Amino acid sequence: MSLLDYFRASKPRTASIAKERLQILVAHDRSHHNQPSYLPQLQKELLEVVRRYVNVDQDAISVNFEQDENQETLELNIVLPDYQQTDKNLPG
Amino acid sequence: MARVIVVTSGKGGVGKTTTSAAIAMGLAKKGHKTAVIDFDVGLRNLDLIMGCERRVVYDFINVINGEASINQALIRDKNCNLLYVLPASQTRDKDALTQEGVGKVLDELSQDFKYIVCDSPAGIERGANLALYFADDAFVVTNPEISSVRDSDRMLGLLSSKSRRAERNEEPIKEYLLLTRYDPDRVHSGEMLGLEDVQDILSLHLLGIIPESKSVLTSSNAGIPVILDEKSEAGQAYADVVARYLGEERPHRFIDGKKGFFRKLFGGKS
Repeated sequence: MSLLDYFRASKPRTASIAKERLQILVAHDRSHHNQPSYLPQLQKELLEVVRRYVNVDQDAISVNFEQDENQETLELNIVLPDYQQTDKNLPG
Repeated sequence: MARVIVVTSGKGGVGKTTTSAAIAMGLAKKGHKTAVIDFDVGLRNLDLIMGCERRVVYDFINVINGEASINQALIRDKNCNLLYVLPASQTRDKDALTQEGVGKVLDELSQDFKYIVCDSPAGIERGANLALYFADDAFVVTNPEISSVRDSDRMLGLLSSKSRRAERNEEPIKEYLLLTRYDPDRVHSGEMLGLEDVQDILSLHLLGIIPESKSVLTSSNAGIPVILDEKSEAGQAYADVVARYLGEERPHRFIDGKKGFFRKLFGGKS
């Protein structure tokens, strides 16, 4: 800091912004890297199975893996289309 | 048996080679026979920082390929006769570095040396992976800057999962933090992440803070590890780091800006 700085308006404290961004980023990175490596393959195969019965989009399935101290959770989310064109693909 | 230290960071330009040269010199000066190895095949720089670039005849890859013996490739330091440098190859392809080859060289060096310092390249490619694979201790070099802290966190993940110790379920690599290019005044004015901020995220055993110092550049200009510039703050900080690593108690310095009144007024830089 020089003499001039004393007369300048106080600058924003960017270090605290950096820290906040880092905390979010690192938490995200860590959860991503801790995911089991089979997750993308699982998502792909699940989508194939669901598509045998329901005509859903590529992004209609999301697979989330979460981890806290006590348990690991695998969350599976399938969004079905508004009206179902079930007849033609269903067996039987 | 030697103790293998990897100096790593993920991000480039944070001071890995400066640190490798400084701590290898520091350990040797304390009476421990030390080898420092450049793992940055194709972009070797350690020889420049150590001031031995004109004495390179054989390199790490020559030894791995059996084209030279380890003793032919090792360069004895001109300032300290307990310190040896193993330069990287400047021309060969990175694929020449193999896990088996690196393991053999480290085994051979272990017979004769007390410490082996592995100067990792930036990134998380083969050179960086092999530099950390055989390590017992890791010096994680971090700048108080957002991308460097993030990359260090990523490296910590690799250290705990991709090392030989992890594969063999042995005691994990000991991880130490070296916070480099630290400017206490900028931390004080809220412009730079402070030690506490970085530790809130990485929570590592702190080996030392290396303050931003002009002597790092002037030392590298001259090819002399900065730890030999005993008058400089960076040189003293590295000497503290080596002493702490070897078990001495030394209070941490350079955390807070403590400039004199006149230097504060006129913005002098050390």
